Amino acid sequence: MTAVTGVALRIAELARHLTTALGPDAVVTDEAERRTYECDGLTHHRSVPALVVLPRTAEQVQAVVVACRDAGVPWVARGSGTGLSGGALPHAEGVLIVTIRLRRILDLDLANGRAVVEPGVVNLAISRAVEHDGWFYAPDPSSQSVCSIGGNVAENSGGAKCVKYGFTVHHVTGLQVCTPDGELVWIGAGMAATSPGYDLVGLVVGSEGTLGIVTKVVVRLLRRPEQVTTLLAGFASMAAAGAATSALIAAGLTPAAVEMMDALAITAAEQAVACQYPPGAGAVLIVELDGPAVEVAQDEATVRRICDAHGAIEVRVAVDEAERAEIWKGRKSAFAAVGRISRDYIVQDGVIPRTALAEVLAEIDALAAAAGIRVANVFHAGDGNLHPLVLFDQEVPGELAAAQQVSSAILDLCLAHGGSITGEHGVGVDKAEKMPRMFTADDLATMQLLRCAFDPAGLANPGKVFPTPRLCGEPPRPRTSAESLRPDGIALW
Amino acid sequence: MVTIAEERVVRPPDTAAVSAVLAEATEAGRTVAVRGAGTKDHWGGPLVPADVVLATTRLTGVVMHEPDDLVATVRAGTPLRDLQAVLGLQGQRLALSSGYPQATVGGVLSTGEAGPLRLRHGAGRDLLIGVEFVRADGVVAHAGGRVVKNVAGYDLGRLLCGAYGTVGVITEATFKLQPIPPASAWVVAPLASEVDLAPLATAAQSPSVAPSAIEVDLGPDGAGSLAVLVEGTPAGVAARAAALVGTLGPRSSVVDEAPAGWGDYPFGPGDVGLTIASPVSALPTVIATLRRHLDGAVRVRGSAGAGVVHAAVAPTVPVPDLATAVREVRALLDGSGGSCVLTCAPETVTSTVDRWGPVAGLALMRRVKAQFDPAGRFAAGRFVGGI
Repeated sequence: MTAVTGVALRIAELARHLTTALGPDAVVTDEAERRTYECDGLTHHRSVPALVVLPRTAEQVQAVVVACRDAGVPWVARGSGTGLSGGALPHAEGVLIVTIRLRRILDLDLANGRAVVEPGVVNLAISRAVEHDGWFYAPDPSSQSVCSIGGNVAENSGGAKCVKYGFTVHHVTGLQVCTPDGELVWIGAGMAATSPGYDLVGLVVGSEGTLGIVTKVVVRLLRRPEQVTTLLAGFASMAAAGAATSALIAAGLTPAAVEMMDALAITAAEQAVACQYPPGAGAVLIVELDGPAVEVAQDEATVRRICDAHGAIEVRVAVDEAERAEIWKGRKSAFAAVGRISRDYIVQDGVIPRTALAEVLAEIDALAAAAGIRVANVFHAGDGNLHPLVLFDQEVPGELAAAQQVSSAILDLCLAHGGSITGEHGVGVDKAEKMPRMFTADDLATMQLLRCAFDPAGLANPGKVFPTPRLCGEPPRPRTSAESLRPDGIALW
Repeated sequence: MVTIAEERVVRPPDTAAVSAVLAEATEAGRTVAVRGAGTKDHWGGPLVPADVVLATTRLTGVVMHEPDDLVATVRAGTPLRDLQAVLGLQGQRLALSSGYPQATVGGVLSTGEAGPLRLRHGAGRDLLIGVEFVRADGVVAHAGGRVVKNVAGYDLGRLLCGAYGTVGVITEATFKLQPIPPASAWVVAPLASEVDLAPLATAAQSPSVAPSAIEVDLGPDGAGSLAVLVEGTPAGVAARAAALVGTLGPRSSVVDEAPAGWGDYPFGPGDVGLTIASPVSALPTVIATLRRHLDGAVRVRGSAGAGVVHAAVAPTVPVPDLATAVREVRALLDGSGGSCVLTCAPETVTSTVDRWGPVAGLALMRRVKAQFDPAGRFAAGRFVGGI
């Protein structure tokens, strides 16, 4: 009881302090209003934050972090709240720092192919700001019209074009970070390509908000490709589409995207957006090629040849934006479209070596059949990133549990085939308990050394990523006299 | 080249033995310097004195290569060129190269070496998808995995890349690979001086060319060349290279072999070697500043398209002149995130000129080091800020 009162007091004091420092419109104390932040895109984990703050500047973010540090109160950063692993799930006794008001594009430096943006800037807004000058920002998570760059940095977001362009980490060259102890520091190479010292940017990107909160992001911009050609191929079966994918890669092609959908996902997409994919197709493959026009033309011929050789029932080609949008419509709407054929569903995110595709899909089918559950498959075939959609109806007793079991078993399958429990959605709160299946206790303890370097008090997004937090207070082993000082006088740690 | 007394060198044959060496060093309170083939002993702060030199030269061999998945795992002491030879048999490559033929995979990663392909594929840290390493206390740890897309856990491979062996010993590395393109060509254009560099490098970046590398090579008189690597299908490469000749001017030409010095450092034994990372647009000014202070005694070579170049300064240059040049280049780069590092320089130079210059986030780096190597076992003094 006293503990609860202590928390309530600390939060009330924080609210007063931050209202003075940031202004009343930046601090949300009302319970109903706070409740609107109780989850991110992973809605079955919910927790109402004790306090919500919406800073407008990096300095205000710092003021919040410093106040939390001084009060010993945990905090969680949130961008647009589209994450799918509960990475932005609030702490019930902590502060939720929402970055959506930090949404200025601070600098567009096309001479150096860089943009400097605030974390609340929406992913797609960067490409929109530079497209007329012939540039774009490559990472394209399917939520790109709403998700924030700060969230992309936290999760190391991917997208359909990872197979060619890599992830967020490959496109961020500098960060201004507010560390959990309240320091605002610039790290990385900024307008340059590399910088001396440890790759702190590479460590912070993908750390899921556990090492600090980014307040400015320097992103790399790329020249828009001369030609983009998108092909849609319908196949009788997933096996045939999978074999065609392997053949594309074996032929030495590096498409910008290779996406696959199975019959159930196609059915859902047809019902939702009438995407008019080839009738009767048991699988569709979307292949996007980009680059110099002369190369894309050659590759297009190769893709057609390979699809035909693998029994494609139809191959369509889009050469302009409108046609391309038509092809992508079904794929991009697939997650939401599944809502048309199932009341509830779980979006899973796992990775397998691409060569294991046929085997793993058969195993997923078997799992689903045994559990009496339907699974729709939508995935980034080019890099083996599966997004099985496990369908269920919450109203039917036992279906949720069965779906969760199938969903979990799919991750076990991924691991059994040498893959990963997450390709782009992150570990968050959702998969923390799976981490020991993928990593040894030593691996996880070693990762947490990094956490301790940045956040010894464990206030930044506690309870995420790692199943068991490590206490950072453990003193290092006593040093021997020989270790205390080097002969050259350099002090040791 | 640094000479190291043989009795201080240990060459563990496997990860378990590396772990045993480090556990023993921890027990005895010994300091350890990690070394591959020793091609870059003269890089960074002095490799000696350390009580023990842990050489990875017996940790060799390709552990796994799945051509269909475009991934491979290799032991850290494997020479990079041996790995490339194995991958090449399947028509694949790791888009990474070293300026030293004997360099090991672990050494290339640890020193952050990256060749001309960095323009398109980045450095080792961008290609590494999984790592096994041994901590200062002998504990064996892993991060990443063997699939190209994976965001589970902290990407500790990135911590080890460019860390000069100060946080752990890399024992195995897993990489994503690329198919070797069926055709390649270099378009070489003469440069009268660095002034011509910016417009030509920008032209070469055209989306209709989409080059894999843009390298500059300038001699002591400031003249030299720009070389652009174009990769793709035979017909595509021919067309793109021809178009590029049209853009770069009549004095440019297409060659089907890498120009002399491609991917090599401009510096040799005895030279002071600088590594400059600059915003691309500032590169001509940076090079001009170097030349102004080091007249006739500096060669520049490197990835102009990525803004990362190396400079070789003749040992005859008076230290105060070098100090002035470095100071002015750093002043130019101030605020941009760029850097000018004395990658290899004798103590007669580094006693006057700070080897690393300003390092963004140094205090955080010290905290990282303190967590991973609290006793300062690894390579004391070799890295930024005396880490």
